[in-house]
Amino acid sequence: MIRFSRVSKQYGGQTKALSDLSVEIPDGEFVFLIGPSGAGKTTFLRLLIHDILPTSGEVYVDDMKVNAMPTSRVFLLRRKIGTVFQDFKLLFDRTVYENVAVGLEILGKKDSEIIRDADAVLSLVGLSSKRQFFPQQLSAGELQRTSIARAIVGGPSILLADEPTGNLDPDTSWEILTILQQINTLGTTVIMATHNAGIVNDMKKRTIALREGHLISDEAKGKYHVHKKTEAHHETQSHKKEDPKG
Amino acid sequence: MKLLPTTWTHIRRSPYQALAAIISMFLTLLLAGVFFITSAGSFYILRYFESKPQITVFFSDGVKESDILSLKATLEHTGKTAGVKYISQNDALALYRQQNRNDPLLLEMVTADILPASLEISATDPAYLNDLYPIIKGASGVEQIVYQKDVVDTLLTWTRAIRLAGGTLAGLLSLDSILIVTAVIGMKIAVRKREVEILTLVGASPWYIRAPFILEGGFYGVISAVVSGAILTGAVLWIRPLLLSFLGIVPVIHAVLSDPASALFLLPTAAFFGMLLAAGFLLGSIGSLVAVGRYLKF
Repeated sequence: MIRFSRVSKQYGGQTKALSDLSVEIPDGEFVFLIGPSGAGKTTFLRLLIHDILPTSGEVYVDDMKVNAMPTSRVFLLRRKIGTVFQDFKLLFDRTVYENVAVGLEILGKKDSEIIRDADAVLSLVGLSSKRQFFPQQLSAGELQRTSIARAIVGGPSILLADEPTGNLDPDTSWEILTILQQINTLGTTVIMATHNAGIVNDMKKRTIALREGHLISDEAKGKYHVHKKTEAHHETQSHKKEDPKG
Repeated sequence: MKLLPTTWTHIRRSPYQALAAIISMFLTLLLAGVFFITSAGSFYILRYFESKPQITVFFSDGVKESDILSLKATLEHTGKTAGVKYISQNDALALYRQQNRNDPLLLEMVTADILPASLEISATDPAYLNDLYPIIKGASGVEQIVYQKDVVDTLLTWTRAIRLAGGTLAGLLSLDSILIVTAVIGMKIAVRKREVEILTLVGASPWYIRAPFILEGGFYGVISAVVSGAILTGAVLWIRPLLLSFLGIVPVIHAVLSDPASALFLLPTAAFFGMLLAAGFLLGSIGSLVAVGRYLKF
């Protein structure tokens, strides 16, 4: 269970990235987090992994009060949460296999387990044939799949995906989404931040919509509601890199 | 965790920085090793001289044996002597022959007549030497008094000076080595900042990230210790004949250096290597720990 209780986040005295947000996400749910750039999607995800702390309010993951965790214990939280980053965050001097294996090495797994589990996950994301490739040799879709493989290899109970289809063509985007769906059916809670209206509308999953840090809607089988302001903003931003504040 | 391969990769990817750290620690350990060997040697030389009679009295030719024995009895009656040994001219000749048995040239033409009789005196307390000295000085036929205390005091002064200078220099060089390792590891952490950030985000524990950097500093120390230990051992073996020629009278030094293949040489050498390795690992690890504490705050 993930719970945000009256969470606000303000960056350096500027406008609020999140404002008085309260939301609960039960275990095993697939949730879309939608909204234009600057809506607070990435802030929402970063708060969950203790990458940033809320200005006020409380964030819970299961029985852990995330905002009160000592820095030295944060790794325990991050082992429960796999994260797929928009910019992949892969180690470019390591092969696809090594990038995935690191997710198991940090858990102190035996070599035989690392080989077995990493190969299984690479097979799941369709990268078995490219396990010895370096990230520079991969397409954007393959990089994203590598990132997903690393995020899920340790068996996290929650998977966060920040714009995983942001830089991908429609076909590859659907491939990525299929993988995320598969992971969700295995019981993992998936929270996906996205701009992709088509995917949101077709999937008919719970959708939390944010705008300027405020909760706009939270629907069980949500649609990507395109407001005039949002649409104009989206179109100008769709080919640019997202603002780090989300 | 693949700690050793990760550490080795860190070292391999910036060999010049690694070399700078290794050379610095090598010089520190080499100097510390030289001073340790010198200190250990001077300790045994001191002990040797301290164990020798504290006063040796040589008598002129023609002194009657009864006069010498009378002086011996007088000294023993003071109750301040631990031992008074009479070495007659014949005993002196026997000793001379024993000491020079391998050099027949030195044995030729030497008779008991040209060697002086002597008394070797040890006091129960060095403070009593001042009381015994006037008695000896006033005895008839005394030609020369060798006061061992002077030799011991001079040696002690030198030993203390060597230890102080060596200790200070080794301390300063150790500090220098620690700072160099800190700087090198700090640079490496800065270069691998992105990797550290990614590992942190995917849930690596603080020690998973820190351990290779700490081990890297320790590894520099171990390499430095092996090289400096090998050079020092080689140097000792090289100057062994020279050392034996003028320090061979000290039993411990003679026993250790007389046969490099014996356990008496190999065991202290192994212990010395072990000490250098421990010191090197400690120096490098401290330098790394400082860098890790400074630049990897979790």
